[in-house]
Amino acid sequence: MDTAALLIIEVLNGIASLALACAGLAIIFGMMRVINFAHGEFMMLGAYTTVVCTKTLGINIWISMLIISPIIVGIIGIIVERTFIRFFYGRMIDTLIATWGLSLLLIGIVTAIFGNIIEGVSAPMGSFEVGVYNVSQYRMVLIGIVILLFIGVFMVLTRTKLGLIARGTMQNPAQASVLGISTQRVYMVTFAVGAALTGLAGGLLAPISQVIPTAGAAYVAQTFITVITGGTGAVTGTLVASGVFGTVRQLLSYEFTPVLGGVGLLIVAVVMLRLLPQGITGKIFRRSL
Amino acid sequence: MTVLGVNLRSWEALGTILVLVVMVVLLFAGPQIFDLFTLFKVTLFVAMAILALSMGFIWGYGGILCFGQSAFYGLGAYTYAIAVGNIGESTGPFFLAIIVPAAFAALLGYFMFYGRLSDVYLAVVTLAVTLILYNFMRSTAGEEYAIGAQRLMGFNGISSIQPINWPGDGNAMLFPDEIFHLSMGCLILCYAGLKLLNRSYFGRVAVAIRENELRAELLGYDVRLHKLQTFTIGGGMAGLAGCLGVNFNSFVNPDVFALNFAAEIIMWTLIGGLGTLVGPVIGCIGLLMLKFEIGQQQITNTYLIFGGIIMVFVLAVPAGLLPTARQLADRFLPGLGLGGAEVESRREAAQ
Repeated sequence: MDTAALLIIEVLNGIASLALACAGLAIIFGMMRVINFAHGEFMMLGAYTTVVCTKTLGINIWISMLIISPIIVGIIGIIVERTFIRFFYGRMIDTLIATWGLSLLLIGIVTAIFGNIIEGVSAPMGSFEVGVYNVSQYRMVLIGIVILLFIGVFMVLTRTKLGLIARGTMQNPAQASVLGISTQRVYMVTFAVGAALTGLAGGLLAPISQVIPTAGAAYVAQTFITVITGGTGAVTGTLVASGVFGTVRQLLSYEFTPVLGGVGLLIVAVVMLRLLPQGITGKIFRRSL
Repeated sequence: MTVLGVNLRSWEALGTILVLVVMVVLLFAGPQIFDLFTLFKVTLFVAMAILALSMGFIWGYGGILCFGQSAFYGLGAYTYAIAVGNIGESTGPFFLAIIVPAAFAALLGYFMFYGRLSDVYLAVVTLAVTLILYNFMRSTAGEEYAIGAQRLMGFNGISSIQPINWPGDGNAMLFPDEIFHLSMGCLILCYAGLKLLNRSYFGRVAVAIRENELRAELLGYDVRLHKLQTFTIGGGMAGLAGCLGVNFNSFVNPDVFALNFAAEIIMWTLIGGLGTLVGPVIGCIGLLMLKFEIGQQQITNTYLIFGGIIMVFVLAVPAGLLPTARQLADRFLPGLGLGGAEVESRREAAQ
C-alpha cells in the first residue's frame, strides 16, 4: 500500500518535472518553430540564478526560484532574440545551428564565471511520511506549481487579447501585420515568455538536480522529443506527451534501472511517432492548443 | 563540350575534377608531406569526411534530415571492433562494418518511410534511436555483456582494437601510412561513386523527390522505396566511416552515439553548404581543425570561442561556405559563365 502510494507520487513527480522542463520549449518551438538548441542552457541559467541568489545574496529561495530566475532568463531571452535569433525566423533548420552556437557560448560564459564545479541548493521545506517512506514536501509542491503553470499558460493563450494576438501572429504573420500588429514585437515577447518559463523550470529544478555549466545537455534531447511527439497543439500535446513519457520512465526506473527508464521513454516515443506520424495532437485533440 | 551529359564549363564539372585531383594528390603525397602525428589526425579527418559525405548525400540530395547519422557511424565502429575481436582477421569485419549499419538503416528506414514519417518527426525518431544506443552501450560494463569473445565494456569503451590487416593474413597489420592510403582511397571511391549516382536515373529521381515529394509520387515514382534506398546507402557509408575511424586510435566508446556528435554532423553539412557533396566535407574538416586548434590553446575555455565563432559564422555566411563561394565567383567573375544559382533553390527547398 505504502509502496503503491509512493509509486504514484514518483510518477506524478516524473510527469511534472518533464512537463515543467518542456513548457518553455513548447512556446519557443511549438509556436514559433525556432529549434532552440540552447533550451537546456536557458534552464541552466535559471538554475544558476537561483543558486547565486539564494547562497550568495541570501535571498529567500522561493523568491529566487519563482520570480528572479524567470525575470533574469527572460531578459537574457530578449537580448538574445533582438541581437541574434530574429535573423533566423522562417528558417527552421538554420535556427538549429545558430542556437547550437549560442548554447556553447552560454556554457563557456558560465564556466568562465563559476568554474566547472557542481553547485546546488537544498530543497526548502522538510519531508512527510508515507508509511515507512519519507517524501519531500518540495516535490509535492512542485507538482502543484506545474499544474498552476500550465493552467496559466493555457488561460493566457486562449482567454486574453495578448494570447489571441500571439496565436494569430504565429498562424499568419502577414495577415496579423496587415491588421496593424507589430509582428516583430510579438515574436520578441513570445520568445521572452518562452525563455522566462524555461528559466523558471531551471530554478524550480535546481534543488533536485545538479547545477553545473553543462547541465543543460541532459534536457535538450528529451524535451525536444516530448514537445515534437506532442504535435502541433503545443500546450495540450506537451502535457499529454509528458504524461505518457513520465509514466513510462518512472515505472521502468522503479522496476529496473534509470537507464532502462530513459531507454523506455525513447522507445515509446519512436513507437508513438510511428502510429501518430504527425504527433499526438495531429490525430487526437486536434482542435486543442 | 559535354562528357556524360555534363557541361564541362560548369561549377559541377570543374569542382568535381578539382576535388578528385586534390584527393588523388593527397592520396600519394600524404605520407610524405605530413609527419606521423599529423598523418594520424588527417586519417581521422578522412574517416569523418566520409561520414560528412554520407550526410551530404542523404540530406542534400535525398532530402532526408537524419538526426542520427552518427548511429550508423557508431554501429560500424562497434561492429568492426566486436567482429575483429572474435575473428582476429580484418577482411570480414571490414565488410561487416558496412553491411550491419546498412541493414540497420534499411530496417529503420522501412519503419519510418513506410510509416510516412517526415520532417522533424523523422529527425526525432532517428535521434531517439541514437540515444537508445547511447544509453544501452553505456550500461554494458558488466561481464555478461559480451558478443562472442569481445566484451562491450560499457562507458569505458573498447580499446586496443586490432587494426586492419592485409586480406587473409591476420598478422600483417597495416602501418599508419597504409591505413591513410586505405581511408583516402575509400573517400575517393565514395565521392566518385556518389557523383556518378547523382547523375544517374536514381539520383535524378532522388532530387525530384527532394524538390517535391507529392509531385514525384503522383508521377508514379515509389517515393518510399527510393528514400529507403538512399537512406540505406547513406547508412552503409557512415558504417565504413566508423570502421576507418576506429582504426585511427584503436578505440571506440559510447560517445559516438551522444547527442553532441549527432548534432555536429548536421553542423558540418550546414556550414559547408547543404545540397553539395564537397561542402559537408569542407565543413567537417574545418570544424574539426578548429576544435583541435582551440583545444590546444590555454587562454580561455573552448566552449566560449567555439560557440562565438559559430554564431558569427551563421550570421555572416548563412547559405554555407560552398554556395557562398559560388555566388561570389558568379558576381565577380561573370565572364566564366558558370552557373551557381541552382544551389540556392536547394537550400530553400530543404527549409
